[in-house]
Amino acid sequence: MPYSPIDETIRHAGRIVLGKERQIRLALVCLLARGHLLIEDLPGVGKTILAHVLAKLLGLNFHRIQCTADMLPADIIGVSIYDRNTGGFQFHPGPIFAQLILVDEINRATPKSQSALLEAMEEHQVTCEGETRPLPDPFFVIATQNPSHQIGTFPLPESQLDRFLMRIDMGYPDREAERELLGGADRRDMVATLQPCMEPGELIELQRTVREVHVSEALIAYVQALAEHTRRSPEYETGLSPRAALALLRAARAWAMIDHRDLVLPEDIQAVLPAVAGHRLHPASGAPAASAADTAAALISAVPIP
Amino acid sequence: MGIKRDSPPLTRSQELWLLACAVLTLAPGVAHVPAWLLAAAAMALFWCAAIWWRRAALPPRWLLSFLVLAGTAGVFFTYRHFFGKDPGIALLILFLALKLLEMRRLRDGLAVVFLCYFLLLTHFLNEQGMDVAGLTLLALVVITAALSSLAHAGRHVVDHLRLSALMLAQAAPFMLVLFLLFPRVQGPLWGMPADAYSGMSGLSDSMTPGSISNLSLSGEIAFRARFEGEIPPKPQLYWRGPVLRLFDGRTWRSGIQQEKVSPGGTATESTVRYTVTLEPHNKPWLFALEMPLAPPSGAIVSREYQVLSKTPVRSRLRYDMQSHIGFVPGADEAETVLRRHLDLPGNNPRTRALAEQWRREAAQDEAVIRRMLDHFRMEQFFYTLTPPLLGENSIDQFLFETRRGFCEHYASAFVFAMRAAGIPARVVTGYQGGERNPVDGYLIVRQSDAHAWAEVWLEGKGWTRVDPTAAVAPNRIEAGLASAVPAGEPLPFLVRADLSWLKQLRFRWEAISNTWNQWVLGFDPQRQRELLSRLGMRQPDWKAMTAAMAVLCGLLLLGLTAWALHRRARIDPVQRAWNRLSRRLARIGLARQAWEGPADYTQRVAQARPELSPALAAIAGLYIDLRYGKLAGKEARRKLRGMIADLKIPPSQ
Repeated sequence: MPYSPIDETIRHAGRIVLGKERQIRLALVCLLARGHLLIEDLPGVGKTILAHVLAKLLGLNFHRIQCTADMLPADIIGVSIYDRNTGGFQFHPGPIFAQLILVDEINRATPKSQSALLEAMEEHQVTCEGETRPLPDPFFVIATQNPSHQIGTFPLPESQLDRFLMRIDMGYPDREAERELLGGADRRDMVATLQPCMEPGELIELQRTVREVHVSEALIAYVQALAEHTRRSPEYETGLSPRAALALLRAARAWAMIDHRDLVLPEDIQAVLPAVAGHRLHPASGAPAASAADTAAALISAVPIP
Repeated sequence: MGIKRDSPPLTRSQELWLLACAVLTLAPGVAHVPAWLLAAAAMALFWCAAIWWRRAALPPRWLLSFLVLAGTAGVFFTYRHFFGKDPGIALLILFLALKLLEMRRLRDGLAVVFLCYFLLLTHFLNEQGMDVAGLTLLALVVITAALSSLAHAGRHVVDHLRLSALMLAQAAPFMLVLFLLFPRVQGPLWGMPADAYSGMSGLSDSMTPGSISNLSLSGEIAFRARFEGEIPPKPQLYWRGPVLRLFDGRTWRSGIQQEKVSPGGTATESTVRYTVTLEPHNKPWLFALEMPLAPPSGAIVSREYQVLSKTPVRSRLRYDMQSHIGFVPGADEAETVLRRHLDLPGNNPRTRALAEQWRREAAQDEAVIRRMLDHFRMEQFFYTLTPPLLGENSIDQFLFETRRGFCEHYASAFVFAMRAAGIPARVVTGYQGGERNPVDGYLIVRQSDAHAWAEVWLEGKGWTRVDPTAAVAPNRIEAGLASAVPAGEPLPFLVRADLSWLKQLRFRWEAISNTWNQWVLGFDPQRQRELLSRLGMRQPDWKAMTAAMAVLCGLLLLGLTAWALHRRARIDPVQRAWNRLSRRLARIGLARQAWEGPADYTQRVAQARPELSPALAAIAGLYIDLRYGKLAGKEARRKLRGMIADLKIPPSQ
């Protein structure tokens, strides 16, 4: 098999984030599809490490924003400060000006800060004191969120959740991975020694390639059938929006690419469906709450491939 | 047990479908089910609904077994046996209701669906009206949709209903062909078991005070008549029923009926022709306007001008009649016959004395009759549906004390008095009047039009009709019951004169159900022959009909197959080839799931049957390129088909 920077990235990342190859792949797919990633899980399961590893391996500069309840939008975007030497205002960029940003515990921030952040994510630019400043390219946000029933959190509203291309959970490592983790070297040290697998600009090139992965009429029909089912079935509160269907196609293209294919198969859609549709679909009231994986599995098995 | 374990559990929406099935299946038959069973079934349904709503557990098996035993015992105590229609239906209803309480798996769901289909059919053993047919059709759509929900879990309600409607629409032409061409036997559309004739109402062959006034409270239809030409005026519409001759002081009965030697007479100008559609009443008599000329086939005209069928009328009967209005028969009645019409029991002395007094004072029979009618007219007699009860000397009591009565009281008293005065007389029961339905022009005669009048034999004339009720309440004859009865008396709801919009609605409904009766239920061998000869079938015997039926059904099948093939042709040929592979692999138990993508599927098959792996990989590669990639063209498609056809699938070990 020829050398592929993607395979290489997955391999290296898998050595540090143990037993989480699916999550690594999904995170990478999210990045390649130019989306943002939300990781929802308990503290201490490796969310931060995953973000670190990706930044390192892809050669991106990395900032981390730790959200707190008293954080203001200026703490994220930056602030203009009067400079006595020049006699004018000088903009001091905030932590958002980086290629990969880890927003830790986003649901601890107030809605005001959340929306400032999410707006930047959507627009790929920030506006501060009337001046619009572009964000670097590639620009990728990994936000983490504790399960929202914890005390002192502001759960993201549904409209904001939609800004994330994917939502994944980490889950506990399996026995074998955990034994290796406990017995092995310190993960932070390992991250520090990592070398980038990609040249600068290579990632942008890859992102462009994703858009060229072929999507056939039959596959579009399948995505439509899935969306239509969620809109008509009484099992869901609301169906998938056209934006969600687009997101599904985007993510499936990237998934096909890291699988070294230049065409999208129904399996690609099915692989990304839990991550892409899980936070956009809500079971109808009265039905028992199901995990994103279960909801997606039920949806997949209910819709025949046309 | 193997099947049971494999059968998947029912989903909530499937359970709801089945519940709806059961409710709609039981609904049309509610009127014919014993009350306790109805209550039990309703409770079981509510129980099932509550279990569904609260997601509770189903009742344990021992409880269900107990309920089955208790219900079966209940059916036995209601009917005393398990044979025949009613106990059979009752048992089916019981089992359906209880089956709902053990719906766990798909298999139970299928049992409920098929039970519903069967039970639906049994409703027609009791009733064949259009309302029942409509409800049944509705239930049929829902049951078929439930079947669809069992087969395709997770689809939308509308999809199930659409599929159900489509399937029934495809079945409809077959139904039509079978209905029109299936060789008919003379008789009712549905062969009825022997216990089917309870609960039919109508005139009986005896009359006691109160028997007709009870009937008058019923708005049910007795028969309909369609006249050729104008309907005669109301005062001439005397529909002759049982003629009552024997009196025991309280009850009038008819004597033995003999066929008239020379039935009929010659048609004259005042002959009316009409067709009667008689509702079943489980008695042999047919109704005809006075006086019937010739009997319809299968019936006789008796010496008392009563039209009698050879068998009791147990299904709706249509017959053509001719009557001679104003014809007075029996001018040459024999002496012995007349003497029989003078017999009187020994009671009611005051009436007897009064009649004998009139006889002495009047020279002619007509004068006696006039005296009697004047007596009714002058004295304080009342026409009422709720007369007081009468004792031993009922006629004395009525004439001299209560003076309140219905037509049967007047007819009875009149005939008694006439006989006491030496004039041969008899009571005639039947119907008087009727109501024209402006929608379809049929004359509707209801049970509330039941009436009793008298006939007296006059020298040189014969049996002359005298209606004493007309003397007391002329409105009864001119305008009908509703206008004759004093305000405030109970009347059948639909006979009331007010509520004109309701009346319009009723006329429309009755016209529609009459059409249904005439053309659907009344589609007998004769109508079938008529229709077929109009369609060009010269001599429609059962052989020709069966042949035509087979040919038409074959053509329909061909048409439907062509349609299905046409629809299939719209599927992408690549996908069709892929489906073919799935069907071939299905024989070794490796069919593709509907949601399974090509890569997953070939991987699964390759795991199960490694020897197929290389060939499958090639097929899947080509299929993926054709279906999901940019490859196109006839050549590649043909290659794919060839590869799938050439795939050797050795049978599994």
